[in-house]
Amino acid sequence: MKTLIKSLFLIVLSVCFIACNSNTKTTENTNDTTSNEVSNEKTGQAFIKDEGGTPNALQLAIGSDDHSTLVAAVQAAGVENALVNVGPLTVFAPNNAGFAKIDEATLNDLLKPENKSKLAFILTHHVAPANYPVETLKKNALKNRKLYMASGKYLEVTEKDGDIYVDGVKIIATVNVSNGWVHVTEDVILPRD
Amino acid sequence: MNTIGKYLLGITALIFMTNCGNNNNNNNNSNSGAMSSSKAEKVYVAPGEHDEYYAFMSGGYSGNLTVYGLPSGRMLKEIPVFSQFPTSGYGYSEETKPMLNTSFGFVPWGDSHHPDISQTKGELDGRWIFINENNTPRIARISLETFETEEIIEIPNSAGNHASSFVTENTEYIVAGTRFAVPNPQRDMPISEMKGQFKGPLSFVSIADNGRLNLEFQLNMPGFNYDLSHPGRNKSHGWFFFTSYNTEEANTLMEVNASQNDKDYIAAVNWKKVEEYVKNGGGEKVAGTYAHNVYDEKTHTATSTMKEGVISVDPRKVEGAVFYIPIPKSPHGCDVDPSGEYIIGSGKLSTDLSVYSFEKMLTAIENKDFVDDAYGIPVLSYENTIAGVVTQPGLGPLHTEFDGQGNAYTTFFISSEVVKWKLGTWEILDRQPTFYSVGHLMIPGGNSRKPFGKYMVAMNKITKDRYLPTGPELEHSAQLYDISGDKMELLLDFPTHGEPHYAAGIRADIIKEKSKKYYELSENEHPYVAKSESEATVTRNGKEVHISMTMIRSHFSPDNIEGVKVGDKVYLHMTNLEQDFDVPHGFSIIGANTSEILVMPGQTKTIIWEPKREGVWPFYCTDFCSALHQEMQGYIRVSAANSNTPLKFTLDDE
Repeated sequence: MKTLIKSLFLIVLSVCFIACNSNTKTTENTNDTTSNEVSNEKTGQAFIKDEGGTPNALQLAIGSDDHSTLVAAVQAAGVENALVNVGPLTVFAPNNAGFAKIDEATLNDLLKPENKSKLAFILTHHVAPANYPVETLKKNALKNRKLYMASGKYLEVTEKDGDIYVDGVKIIATVNVSNGWVHVTEDVILPRD
Repeated sequence: MNTIGKYLLGITALIFMTNCGNNNNNNNNSNSGAMSSSKAEKVYVAPGEHDEYYAFMSGGYSGNLTVYGLPSGRMLKEIPVFSQFPTSGYGYSEETKPMLNTSFGFVPWGDSHHPDISQTKGELDGRWIFINENNTPRIARISLETFETEEIIEIPNSAGNHASSFVTENTEYIVAGTRFAVPNPQRDMPISEMKGQFKGPLSFVSIADNGRLNLEFQLNMPGFNYDLSHPGRNKSHGWFFFTSYNTEEANTLMEVNASQNDKDYIAAVNWKKVEEYVKNGGGEKVAGTYAHNVYDEKTHTATSTMKEGVISVDPRKVEGAVFYIPIPKSPHGCDVDPSGEYIIGSGKLSTDLSVYSFEKMLTAIENKDFVDDAYGIPVLSYENTIAGVVTQPGLGPLHTEFDGQGNAYTTFFISSEVVKWKLGTWEILDRQPTFYSVGHLMIPGGNSRKPFGKYMVAMNKITKDRYLPTGPELEHSAQLYDISGDKMELLLDFPTHGEPHYAAGIRADIIKEKSKKYYELSENEHPYVAKSESEATVTRNGKEVHISMTMIRSHFSPDNIEGVKVGDKVYLHMTNLEQDFDVPHGFSIIGANTSEILVMPGQTKTIIWEPKREGVWPFYCTDFCSALHQEMQGYIRVSAANSNTPLKFTLDDE
């Protein structure tokens, strides 16, 4: 059933993309966005055909079955370009199980179209414009150095029994990507305020 | 999970549909079909016609300055400034080698950054363009009549001259900053002890009416990294504003350690007060060796003078002259709007743009509304100086320019876009993507009281797929936008040379009429000039041979020379006798360990040739000057070091 939903989800997504694309063929580069999120246009580095080479943070997430919810959220919020930038970036990437832990009401609210910028804010709260491999995170925990996120807020790093936590959220895996680091987390990191 | 999955599915689909709907709604504003052909018309400059604007783009690590026409995006010229340029012989010819002299000796390369055009009463006057060098701190002045580098001054006691070469509104001063705090004076000390010991001097260089640069004084600021700057203008004329980062004073792993403080500082400097202080004998003369290189248009020769000592001013000793304003997260750009009221600081890691009010700053200073001090320099309160905040405009704000219509345009590196917003209301009016990761942007005149708010050029750091691939190394891409309407409209992509950190633009009619066409031969005061073929000579002085040769379509005079010997040092002084627009002649000879030289009409240039082998060696004109260009050639006979071949020089056996 889960798989079915996933596939359904992807199919609907693709249909939407196709629909959008056919529209953009006739509209070409229109952009009326004046709201306070990053460009929602499907142009930019995220859409470069770039085969071969080490994948960037977005490509890695797209290629991972366990991050389909994150990818969908990123695409819904239109923040793809923030993840393919030359960086350096450090991305805390909640897996699908992590997203599943959010209570329904919260998620429901977040995914409302009018809350698109709120969703973008939460996602950028998972991205640091910095180079944070595991060793640096450990050092940051030791030296009490906080992480400044693209949301403009900070995350606290702690180390317990050899595991690293950001604002209490555990990192369960780490991948070196072409534009920085992706740390897989088992929860979504919700901004404190 | 299932329920959530469904929600996500449904809602995501909704969002996409909404997006699609938006696109449909915007059809009327779109630029497809007939409208996109009007884009082509907007950048089309018909054959033989001229562009409306000059754009001068810094060459970054090329060390040079490139000249473009706008709106066509055609490159018109590369002006050598801080780097040797074999195309013309700049930095290779004996006359121009002194231009690249420094207190460290001859440096063949530089990292050029921020060009700025001279101003009178806050408007671009088109006399000169200045550009700074980051690595070996220097400032250059380039004539906008000859488009040649006329002067380079080195900045001592400094490192990383990045916050430069911005010019005040009557071209009183250009500044130079210190991006890498260093011991001042330089000394052998442990790196780890930098905190409180390193300094960040800010240098003020005056410009005389004839353009001559003079290092007037250095403000010996605390050792933060002074990154960018702009002068106050209009109501804030007399002030200079500098952003600084690394107020942490970290000396290692800066990408982490220099990003710890919530706020760094903008330094606000009342330079008129400091100027007065120095005029009244303030400051102390400290050590500092620097080269001052000046090119003389009459002798066509540069001279390098090594100067010693500079007036150093302790900012704490000048009452009411230097203040810090807190600014979030490692600021980069520091821009002042045309009215002089707003100072925009871009915290490059911040998600907001902070806009400060000059009036509020003055009030805060008057009320001594200080929250702190940093090494004795008063820190004003953020709350009482801030005019407004542009909230969440994008990711990675860097630089802001103005259109003169009350709008500001800011680049965002991480989210790759330019955002247009309104001064005073801080509302976001438009956003357009750039391709990709934009650094600086330039609106011609955008740093003056009167911007020409028609075009905006975005200068990107990443090119990727924008042009036909050319291997791993790609020229940086620039995009031209029409900003005359409510929305920015992307018109054109064009590649730039080197890394254009910044650019300056000016309406072409301000400078094009006075552009020099050739140099008056009668005014040529080069010591080895030959003003006619009859003046051409060859003289020997020990092992030195001086050949004063002329060039005219389509021969050299003399073109047969004998009596040169292996081990001689031969000076080839070439004078172009032409007095006509665009008829340079070039010169090169086999075995010369230097570049060719390109000699403009009426000019004299010299290269040295040290023949190592006996024989008869040809030389020729390297510039296709005329129908008989291929015939513009000659020979020098080289005999053995101990031979008795007499010195002889002829043209047509005479």
